[in-house]
Amino acid sequence: MSQVKYIAGKEPHANESRVVFKNVDREDWDQSIETYIKDGGYEQQQKAFKMEPGDITEEVKKAGLRGRGGAGFPAGMKWSFLPPNNDKPVYLICNADESEPGTFKDRYIIHQDPHQLIEGMAISCFAVGAKLAYIYIREEFPEGAKILETAIDEAHEKGFLGKDILGTGFDLEIYVHRGAGAYICGEETGLIESLEGKRPYPRIKPPYFPAAMGLYLCPTIVNNVETLCHVKHIIGSGGEAWSKTGTPNNTGTRILCVSGDVQKPGYFEVQVGKVTLGEVINDMCGGLKKGRKLKAVIPGGSSAKVLSADETFKVGRGDDEQEITIWDIPMDFDTLAACGSMAGSGGVIIMDDSRSMSWVINNLNNFYAHESCGQCTPCREGSLWMKKISDRVVAGKAAPSDIDQLDAVARNIDGRTICAFGEAASWPTESFVEKFRDELVADTNPELEEAFVNAESLTAAANLK
Amino acid sequence: MALEVPPELEKEIDERITHYPVSKRSAVLPVLHALQHHFRFINEESIEWAAAKLELEPIKVLEVVSFYPGIRQKAPGKYHIRVCRTLSCAMAGSYDLMDSICEKAGIDRSGVTHHDPVALSEDGKFSVEFAECLASCGTGPVCMVEDDFHEAVTDVDALLSQYK
Repeated sequence: MSQVKYIAGKEPHANESRVVFKNVDREDWDQSIETYIKDGGYEQQQKAFKMEPGDITEEVKKAGLRGRGGAGFPAGMKWSFLPPNNDKPVYLICNADESEPGTFKDRYIIHQDPHQLIEGMAISCFAVGAKLAYIYIREEFPEGAKILETAIDEAHEKGFLGKDILGTGFDLEIYVHRGAGAYICGEETGLIESLEGKRPYPRIKPPYFPAAMGLYLCPTIVNNVETLCHVKHIIGSGGEAWSKTGTPNNTGTRILCVSGDVQKPGYFEVQVGKVTLGEVINDMCGGLKKGRKLKAVIPGGSSAKVLSADETFKVGRGDDEQEITIWDIPMDFDTLAACGSMAGSGGVIIMDDSRSMSWVINNLNNFYAHESCGQCTPCREGSLWMKKISDRVVAGKAAPSDIDQLDAVARNIDGRTICAFGEAASWPTESFVEKFRDELVADTNPELEEAFVNAESLTAAANLK
Repeated sequence: MALEVPPELEKEIDERITHYPVSKRSAVLPVLHALQHHFRFINEESIEWAAAKLELEPIKVLEVVSFYPGIRQKAPGKYHIRVCRTLSCAMAGSYDLMDSICEKAGIDRSGVTHHDPVALSEDGKFSVEFAECLASCGTGPVCMVEDDFHEAVTDVDALLSQYK
């Protein structure tokens, strides 16, 4: 293959391994099917459609592909939860609701390389036997929805979708379904309810996986955009070869989205576990802003527990156990879990010493209070209480005991809700209180010298509505 | 008063409904999106029209309308602006951006609430609303004006002047 050239100024960093993002910011690239086919597009679909569907799932399992949407659950295993001897229709849904604060990868795949997603979906649908698939895209991507619909039409014309695809007798229709601005639709059972035309209230578990009972109470596979794109590449290289990239149990590449207080925020596709957080900040993002020190990092989307720059982490087991600093954390699923946080959706938010942690947690609490679906009492009431308490803290009107109250409210949500939103909403508060308690307590008394809350932040708080 | 839906819009809606061969109810959001795109917001007549179209009780449509922030129950301005409020954009200055838009467009946001999040300019040309994460955290502060997406917005005059 000829050398891929990128738009000047948007070249990937030397530490990147572009696979899913190969065509993002590529020179002479557009979203048309002609461009895609000229570059070898839809060849993997042709290859896959000659395989036994079960063998495709085996390749995905061999690859060790873990879901890129947040939970990091093995995709091949998710597929194999489809009931055996099933006589109901099977559906596949692409979760393109990308709404975890800090995450902005799917946007670029959809806008710049829609056919990659469609090819990945077609292969996945063939593997699981789905003849009807939906792309659930967030409403705030109106252009993305149009691009995908055009791409689907093009794929239809070329015979990659529709009836009797490539002479295999396999039929597949993919439709784009637009959400309407609700974060909870990223939760797979909430998404399914939404797609059924209802309020997106997540479903009671068990069944734990929609593979058992999903859309229209039929077996359903829900995968993230990035995950489905990887399926195409797994077929291309073979699961075994694909699993050689990344690190054991954390295979492949993934896209890190970096935002916040760095010189050059952006997206970077790296081999999982092959770069450290320090390399991400200093090498790939050009370091912190001038004269600033690192204070905190949210490593995997806003729901991931915050890491303080001052803490050390015990990673590895047995003889391999070692203590590392925040700079040395390899960006993979298992290490970030060992550090007490998670790799989540790949959204890395960097905060330097100019940031008030009260202000940050208040911002997040406002988000979760707004986005709680209201189905479970602890979350509906608790997320609003957390918002109100942290509103008081940034307004300089809280009592020191409010910080304990904030923590207590969070801990009464966590584990007491139908879906993982409860954890998503409470983990930020729990971790900020745990790691920045002194600062939060000091902020309850703005007269104190240690207080971060000052005239400027009080004005900002007054505008919080 | 019955809603007057132009034939071409109804045709588009009918085509959308075919995307859901298993259950027409699944088409609630697509039908509402199409109606909102045309009428700018969803009122009672729109709800009744959508319900009749999909053979549902109107309450089934209302419960959807009243849940989703993306469905509006009040008329916005000629150009509706959504400013991202969430962490990375807020760190990049989205509150200042909102203030600046309000100042230059003549919008008073003091009356907005969770259930009534949209504020309108006096001349009705612009309306604003804070949105939660618009998924472009690396290029904050970001906003949407209607369906147009704007990144790293610093010059509010230049932003607003694109909309006549």
